[in-house]
Amino acid sequence: MNMNFSAASNVNASKNAHSNVVIDCNLDKVFYGDFLAVRDSHVPIQKGQITGFIGPSGCGKSTVLRCLNRMNDLIEGFRFEGNVHFNNQDVYHKTVDPVVVRRYIGMVFQQPNPFAMSIFDNVAFGLRLNRFKGDIAECVENALKKAALWGEVKDKLKASGLSLSGGQQQRLCIARAIATEPAVVLMDEPCSALDPISTRRIEELMIELKEKYTIALVTHNMQQAKRVADKTAFLSVEISEGGRTGYLVELGETSQIFDDPKEELTQQYIRGEFS
Amino acid sequence: MNIQDSFHPEQEIAKEAPCLQRSLLEGRSITNILLTGIAWLAAIIASVPLISVLYGLIVKGGHRLSLEVFTELPPAGFEEGGGFGNAIVGTLVTVGFGAVISIPIGFLAAIFLAELEPDGKVAYVARFCAKTLTGLPSILAGVFAYAVVVLATGTYSAPAAGVALALLMLPTVVLTAEGAMRMVPSKMKAAAYGIGCTRSQVIWKIVLPTALPGVLTGVMLAIARAAGETAPLLFTALFSNYWFVENGTAHVMEPIASLSVLIYNFAGMPYENQIELAWTASLVLVMMVLLFNILARVLGRKKV
Ligand SMILES: Nc1ncnc2c1ncn2[C@@H]1O[C@H](COP(=O)(O)OP(=O)(O)OP(=O)(O)O)[C@@H](O)[C@H]1O
Ligand SMILES: [Mg+2]
Repeated sequence: MNMNFSAASNVNASKNAHSNVVIDCNLDKVFYGDFLAVRDSHVPIQKGQITGFIGPSGCGKSTVLRCLNRMNDLIEGFRFEGNVHFNNQDVYHKTVDPVVVRRYIGMVFQQPNPFAMSIFDNVAFGLRLNRFKGDIAECVENALKKAALWGEVKDKLKASGLSLSGGQQQRLCIARAIATEPAVVLMDEPCSALDPISTRRIEELMIELKEKYTIALVTHNMQQAKRVADKTAFLSVEISEGGRTGYLVELGETSQIFDDPKEELTQQYIRGEFS
Repeated sequence: MNIQDSFHPEQEIAKEAPCLQRSLLEGRSITNILLTGIAWLAAIIASVPLISVLYGLIVKGGHRLSLEVFTELPPAGFEEGGGFGNAIVGTLVTVGFGAVISIPIGFLAAIFLAELEPDGKVAYVARFCAKTLTGLPSILAGVFAYAVVVLATGTYSAPAAGVALALLMLPTVVLTAEGAMRMVPSKMKAAAYGIGCTRSQVIWKIVLPTALPGVLTGVMLAIARAAGETAPLLFTALFSNYWFVENGTAHVMEPIASLSVLIYNFAGMPYENQIELAWTASLVLVMMVLLFNILARVLGRKKV
């Protein structure tokens, strides 16, 4: 597989050449049809770090995440103003193939969504898709181990992915996403269906993964953001006459966001005064 | 219920505690029993025709069931014995032609309707046509194939019958396959896109395998329906007293026998032997249809 991003060289180099920004996300306006879902959210995602997104339900965290790997292209009526750069290449440039973008920017969804095939095939799916030449069984085992699922499924790899419990399914989806070793993994509340023990394991996995990969993590659990995120972005909603629009309130080092938030809204949200 | 004010709280609770026993005289439970009874009765009535038909066929046609009827050709006028082996082959061949024509078209049409342009104008029209075609009188399918194929080729033939049967099978295949593909959860498709599938990869690697049991159910139901058709075959296949394959050559562009037409012909004959064979052929045909239906159920139940 060879990725031809070079044609899309509407380069933003001057700005980010020195810093370690993998995905430079500059969303000015994101629309679903006429509905303005998110505005003015500029979040540079640093290489080798975990960038957390927190904020009230419906503020557009998933929307922002889906803009990064062009998953929103699949939604009828999606439009956006601004730009997203992946390694200094414009992801939305007209010569860029969204399918290739998604192979480099993997995703774990809010709801577990394994394929209706065996556990093994679920994890091997992306490898086969990329015509992986190495030892597939070994990669599957590694991915399942990293996702803290190997012990539970090693004796029933041929069983259907759908036969697992919700939390196991989610870990299977994580294994599937990391099996292909994408440069960036977008995780949309990956632990919302998990028990505290698996949650811990996934958090450990994230910390382990960030050595090699970059992670963007949406979470409702502020303790989780505190535990794993290096940078934290706080989004909020603004109720205007046109509807509810999400926007970036504050972005900073996680410790700064939680201990010394600059914005009033962030303080309220962190203290739990926010509805 | 104010327990603190009472001197005898236990008694009070006992008095006010709701009775949890089932009471058969209550209006609610009478209605319940009545409706359950009616539903049972309706279910039994619905299965009476099939069971009585099967019973009748076994009584009247069962005793002639032997290897002979499967291997022999139909008897002429006063002949004794004989069978309808060529008609069984003919039914399978004509239905096979119908399946070969209708399954690929139906399958691809279903992909279009379910995945490519589900809300487009073309899809709307195609869906409407398919639904209307479900109610097409089978004799019209025969007349259509007669006009289009028989007149053009100048002969009755298995392909002509295949076209007529395909016309009847197509809507079932399209609509059930579309339904099965639509049942594939959109989050599963999102996962496939998310891992870097193109649209055709999503369809071929995720949607089709996941929908396959449902698609096969539709195919089997269509085959079962086509196997029992008579009217379209009268206009397209006619009948033949010979084997489809004889001396190593298949007689494709010639009239071909079928069970349903054999039954139609023999049932009206004044000969005991033929009438008995018609009963036995009916039994075999019903069994074949039943087999396809059971196959449809088994395939439909198989989940990954
Ligand atoms: N496919 C869609 N079509 C139309 N509107 C959408 C779509 N997806 C999301 N929205 C709207 O965009 C806004 C942001 O939604 P989004 O899913 O990004 O929120 P979120 O922050 O992820 O919320 P949650 O924490 O509950 O997951 C919401 O008002 C939602 O109604
Ligand atoms: Mg969300």
